[in-house]
Amino acid sequence: MPLDTSLSRRTLIKATAGATALGTLGAPAISYAQAEAIKIGHITPRTGFLGPLGEYAAQAAQLAAEEINASGGIMGRKLELILDDSPNPQQASAKAERLVQRDKIVALLGEISSASALAIAQVVQREKVLFINTGANSDALRGSDCQKFMFHIEAQNSMYVKAVGRSLIRDGLVTGKKWYSLTADYAFGHDLLNVAKRYMAANGGNHAGDDLIPTDLADFSPFLLKIRQARPDVVCLNLAGTQITNFLKQYVEFGLTFPVAGFGFDTALAWGAGKGNFGGTWPVVWHHLIDTPGSKAFVTGFQKKWNRMPENQAWGDYCSMKVVAQAITETKSTDPMKIVEHFEKGAKFDLLKTREGYFRAKDHQMMMEMYAITALPAAQIKNQYDIFSSSPPVPAANESLEVIAATDDENKCTFRSA
Amino acid sequence: MPDLIPLLSQILNGLLAGSYYLMIALGLSMIFSLGGIVNLAHGAFYAIGAYLAVTLADRIGFGGALVVSPLIVAVIGMIVERFLLRRFYTADPILGLLLTFGLAMVAEQTLRILYGAAPIPFSIPQALRGQVFLGDFVYSRYRLVTLGITALAVLGLWILLTKTAFGKVVRAGVQNPDMVGALGISLKPYMTAVVMIGVGLAALAGVLIAPIAGVHPAMGQEIITFAFVVVVIGGLGSFWGVVAAAAIVGMTRGVAAHFYPAATEASVYLLMVLVLLTRPRGLFGERIQKFE
Repeated sequence: MPLDTSLSRRTLIKATAGATALGTLGAPAISYAQAEAIKIGHITPRTGFLGPLGEYAAQAAQLAAEEINASGGIMGRKLELILDDSPNPQQASAKAERLVQRDKIVALLGEISSASALAIAQVVQREKVLFINTGANSDALRGSDCQKFMFHIEAQNSMYVKAVGRSLIRDGLVTGKKWYSLTADYAFGHDLLNVAKRYMAANGGNHAGDDLIPTDLADFSPFLLKIRQARPDVVCLNLAGTQITNFLKQYVEFGLTFPVAGFGFDTALAWGAGKGNFGGTWPVVWHHLIDTPGSKAFVTGFQKKWNRMPENQAWGDYCSMKVVAQAITETKSTDPMKIVEHFEKGAKFDLLKTREGYFRAKDHQMMMEMYAITALPAAQIKNQYDIFSSSPPVPAANESLEVIAATDDENKCTFRSA
Repeated sequence: MPDLIPLLSQILNGLLAGSYYLMIALGLSMIFSLGGIVNLAHGAFYAIGAYLAVTLADRIGFGGALVVSPLIVAVIGMIVERFLLRRFYTADPILGLLLTFGLAMVAEQTLRILYGAAPIPFSIPQALRGQVFLGDFVYSRYRLVTLGITALAVLGLWILLTKTAFGKVVRAGVQNPDMVGALGISLKPYMTAVVMIGVGLAALAGVLIAPIAGVHPAMGQEIITFAFVVVVIGGLGSFWGVVAAAAIVGMTRGVAAHFYPAATEASVYLLMVLVLLTRPRGLFGERIQKFE
């Protein structure tokens, strides 16, 4: 008897599963029959040391897609967002290829790891599909490795260094001073170290030493002991992801008091370190305290949908989605080449900041304002998010947006014929 | 002499790092020795311990979380052993690997769903903050406390394994499970207890690290590789082997950090290669049989 029941139950389960599968397969064909959806792919790391940021990226992309569809889609067509993750460069490249070939996406957004973005760039160039990099910072992606079909809403390392560098010079921490650095041991960190060295040397800083930090390292204590011994005037971090959280917590634990500054940063990592642990001055492309109507609406929308505060990585993916939708509407076309030309002609986009941004034609970098944020003293902190104060936009209103970007001498891009 | 201070600092520092690996490696080694299962989910229990500490510390304080969190994780371990691991003691080891690998992913994803992927703020309790000064030597007070707690935990485990009837059966089970069975003793409840102790220790390490490193879902993955290295160097099945290996790995890290910081992590793997070349079973490795 027991055998019989289990057999019949199993058959029932199989039958149910089959019916469900058929049901789901059948449904989309009916609902999308009239107007084919515009498919946009999104890939970003969801695990590992960049995973926490990837989650913000994916959530923001979903929010933007939802808002676009709620306001009637793109040219009356529904936007269909296909999310995937990219744990490493090999997977990033394979998944980008699958999204393009199987899902026939119109554009690809995302990525945080510079190494993975490089792998994706090669795929999109071969397949001639638009790619907007929302989180990879390496200058090389805009220089020696630049591609015709790749654009960057994320700021490049040069912009990060120059944005925070102005604050450091103002505070007297560069000229004639000794700086010590810790660098994430992968493409992003190496690139950032080079850019930082160039900037600091040009402004009279002396490099006291650098240590390369493996991306999976959780214990910074050996390096903290070295820093204590080196007695630098400022400690500069070229770290990424959860490395920054771990460093900040342990820096306080070891009682080190040399000023801290970072050349790369994400606010989620400051929040992870928390009140009393977060310190120093850091550059960001965007933060939740920016006082513009666009930013306020984004913060409210994100909090309503995801029940937490958006951080700068969320901003990149949210804006990219809006930029692509706007470009398709303005060009009345989903042809990637047409959109590339539209971008290169200097189309302006609202980036939730005080000034509009545009992609620089020569290297496809988004020209925009940035900010330097500084940790608030513990006594002034009122909640878990508002733990820093912000500089005014960098560059200032009377300056060209180009002043913080890499110059041709620093980083030159030559597009291979498309 | 002053030149020696930084080197000594780094060596002590390495030993402290080793104490975290040790708490995780001891559990890994015990579970493998008796059950023959390489528990890839061990890091997940460490992460759960850390998350529980964050959740509990608001209500019962850090000291309370230090006790309660490992106990809760031990109960989770009991459930996992009773309903999952138990089925795999006699199976092909690769199945146990797949099971625990899957468990690790499920646990990590569950933490991500419950708490989000972003690191959660959590700080050292006020009473344990600050530095200890010994002449030119300065060190984090919290880490010294950690070292003390680890030493107590290891000592307790050693007493349990060598001075009690429980420990005698477990050790006999590791040496010759068939003979233990022939004497009419079922090893199953002992295995449950060993898993509970092992994952409880991992959770204790998780609670201890939560205030100084980021609490995030993938934290288990970060540390488990080093714990495995410690087990492999020490030799599977050897209690003192694991303890010695944790100390040696820690000191190697410290010396490397002093002379060539970029190789701090690589030095540990290099050490493992050297040990395996000369002693394939690890420093104190024994031949392992598993029980039914």
